[in-house]
Parts: sequence; C-alpha cells; structure tokens
Amino acid sequence: MEDKQRAALLDPLINNNPISLQVLGLCSALAVTTKMETALVMSVAVTAVLALSNTAISAMRDYIPSSIRIIVQLTVIASLVIVTDQVLKAFVYDISKQLTVFVGLIITNCILMGRAEAFAMQNKPSLSFIDGVGNGLGYSMVLMLVAFVRELLGSGKVFGISILPLTSEGGWYEPNGLMLLAPAAFFLIGCFIWVVRSWRPEQVEEDFHVGALFEPGHEGSLR
Amino acid sequence: MQQHSTGYIIGFSAAICVVCALFVAGSAVSLKERQERNALIDKQTNVLAVAGLIADGQKLSSEEVEQIFSESIQARVIDMATGDENASIASDSFDQRRAAKDPAMSTPAPSNRSKVLRIPNQGLIYEVRKDGRLDAVIIPIEGMGLWSILYGYIALAPDATTIRGITYYEQKETAGLGGEVENPSWKAKWVGRRAFDERGNVKIEVKKGIAGPPDLDPYRVDGLAGATLTSRGVTNMLRFWLGDDGFGPYLAKLRDSQAAQGG
Repeated sequence: MEDKQRAALLDPLINNNPISLQVLGLCSALAVTTKMETALVMSVAVTAVLALSNTAISAMRDYIPSSIRIIVQLTVIASLVIVTDQVLKAFVYDISKQLTVFVGLIITNCILMGRAEAFAMQNKPSLSFIDGVGNGLGYSMVLMLVAFVRELLGSGKVFGISILPLTSEGGWYEPNGLMLLAPAAFFLIGCFIWVVRSWRPEQVEEDFHVGALFEPGHEGSLR
Repeated sequence: MQQHSTGYIIGFSAAICVVCALFVAGSAVSLKERQERNALIDKQTNVLAVAGLIADGQKLSSEEVEQIFSESIQARVIDMATGDENASIASDSFDQRRAAKDPAMSTPAPSNRSKVLRIPNQGLIYEVRKDGRLDAVIIPIEGMGLWSILYGYIALAPDATTIRGITYYEQKETAGLGGEVENPSWKAKWVGRRAFDERGNVKIEVKKGIAGPPDLDPYRVDGLAGATLTSRGVTNMLRFWLGDDGFGPYLAKLRDSQAAQGG
C-alpha cells in the first residue's frame, strides 16, 4: 500500500478523526449509542454510504458544474441513504426499527458532505473510496467506544449479553440511568477528545475569536 | 474548475436526478417483498407477545413465529355493528387497515378524539386458544398520538374486561418520550387492569403520574413521562375501539356468552 493510501485510511482514526478532531456527526453519535448493536449497524451504514458517496462523487468530479456541486453531492448521498434504509428494512428489520429516523438522518451527517467537498472533489475515485472507509472507521471507532461504555454502565450488558448482573434481575449492579440519556454521550465524547488531545497536543485548536474568521489565512477555522 | 453553460448545468442535474431516481426506485421495488414479509412477521410477533405466548423482546426465527402463530391463533372477521362473526370473508386475506380506506367497505366515523376518519364495516380480531378453549382475544387499536397514528393491539381475557397486554407495532412518536409506548416495563403495567367497569362502559385510562397496583387501581395506568399527548392518545384510542363505534358490540356479546358458560 502506498503512503498516500495508508494515510487516507489510517489518518481519520486518531490524527484526523471526524468526531474528535473535526467534531462532525455528533447528533447520531448521541442518538444511537445506548446499545452496541444499534451503534454497530449505524457504523456499518455510515461507512458504506461514506465510501460509496465518496467514490461516486470523485468519479464525477470533473463533470460536476461547480455552481451546483453541493446539491449534486447531496443528491448522491441522499439516494445512497435511502437505499441503505431499504436494505436495513429488508435484512435487519428489528434493528432498523430501533434506529428509526437516524438512518434517514445520515443524509444530514456532516461527515459525508465534509468528505465529499474536502476530499472526493479533489482526488481520484480509488483514493476517495479509501478515504471514505477510513473516515467511516474513525466514526465507527468513537461510536463503538461510546456505545460500549454506555451499554455496560447503563444496562450492564455488552451486545445484549449480560456482563454486570442487574439488581432488578437478582444481581449486584445498580445501572447508571444517566448513561442511557443523551448527555452521557456528550460527556464520553468530551472525555475522548480530552484524552486524544492530551496525547496529541498538536490537535488542540488555537484560541478562537469570532473576528479571526474574517482575517485572511484563517478560513480553516470555519467549520 | 471551468465554467459551464446553463444548458450543461440543466442537463447534468437532469441526468443525476434520473440516475439516482432509478437507483432508489430499483432498490425499493426489488426489496419490497422481503420488507413486507418482515413487517408481517413483526406484526405476528407483536400479536404473540401481547397474547403472552412469547416473552416480550424474545427473538425467534420467522419460521418459528409463523408456526406458533398458526398453532394457537385464530383470526376472525367480525361485523363491527353487530359484533357477530362474518364467515363469508376469508380472514387470512382480510386487511382491516385497507378496508378502512375503501369507501365500499367502511363508513365515516363520528367525530372522535383519536382522529379515526373511517370505521371498517368488518374488523379483524385474533382469538388465542389454549387446550381448545378461548384464552384471550386480541383487538386492533389505532389512533392519533402527538405526531403520528399509533397502531397496536390490546389483549383481553375471555371475560372481555381484564387486560392481558398491550402493544404497538407501528408508531412514529418522539423516541424516548412518546416512543416509550414500546417500552416493555410500561407495557407490563397494563397486565391485570380492567378495561370496562361493571356496567360495561370503557373506563381504562392512562393517567398523568403513577397509578396504583392493578387490584387497588384497576382502571388507570401510569402516564408516559414527558409524553402527555401520546398518553392521552392511548386513552382516546382505547375509548374509541373498545367502545360502541368500535369493537364494543363484539366484546359485549363475548362477555355475555362467557358469563352464560360460567354459570
């Protein structure tokens, strides 16, 4: 594997993680992480859509008129999301019922638009595919970590298998109800970002003030 | 990136739309059969769960569900107005929800809080049989919650009064608030409560706050925290479908026949 491809695949895991560094896709990370099972299906769905949309958009990048490129990207992403939703309904009906609207909301997951605009529009399809998979894995990694902690502490289970026997079922573990609520995911993702940035201090952002947005050379701080 | 002409832009967007539409439509059509079977199995699983034949949340293969369903559940088409069985309509092909939309098979509903627009002339109920005897009847219910129409079932014991269980198989209420109608611990609170008072009026309601145990507070069920309108919707739809416009006549007859049998 060439360096460029390796970088496209592995960078999004820690160095350029879509959730912890780019702080994208948080909505779904809060919503679907009470159980590992739903988090896993969501991760697979997002990774698949991301890889395919990146590939498709990259293949068309020379033909997409720049004035309508955003809406074209959105059309491609939306179509892929609807198809993913249909596939989930056909093959994992129970889980698709639990994920309810959140599969549809992959459309609004900023990671997809972000990668399409920032990467697929400039790179060739094979590399864009790898970038999509890499970012999908970066997203999945955070999702699974958060879901693991939330399911273990919130319901004493991992993938639905009882690990800490609950007091309500005759065991000793009193579940932490906070873990099942959305704020718990905020705290966990916050802690994750803290850990990553202590380990990689170069990820810490410069102090930010609104005026900086309008100074030349600071466009990068607009997210 | 070069500048494109207006014609090119319009042509390009049209082409993208056509390709995407074909892709989406193709997948929807080709997966439809599988999805419909899943929905049917899900509905049957809900019927079995509300009847207490399988544990809530228990995972069974679709074949197992179909087998238990065909062994212990008997579907019956009921004339809503009289409450008698209508043997001229095959129960396995009858679809109550479709019938309610068909002007030839339904009548406009009187104004009601569940926002039910049409009442089907016939309803589809399920009888649970255990050792050859009637063990429970399962009545379909539907009605407006906060955002969506909730579709579900309520199971009653053969006395047509004691609640065996309630379930919703299709709803789009707020996940975590109104969506908690699917929460097993809330559904468990219904078991053993009474839907009708002694005079045969529907009395069950979802109250705001916590209800007492079933033997002391038989006509009320805990409300869903943060979901007053969904809770009210549940009360309204039970009042409607168990009442005279709904399955009231059938349940009244069932109650009389069981009382006659009992002595």
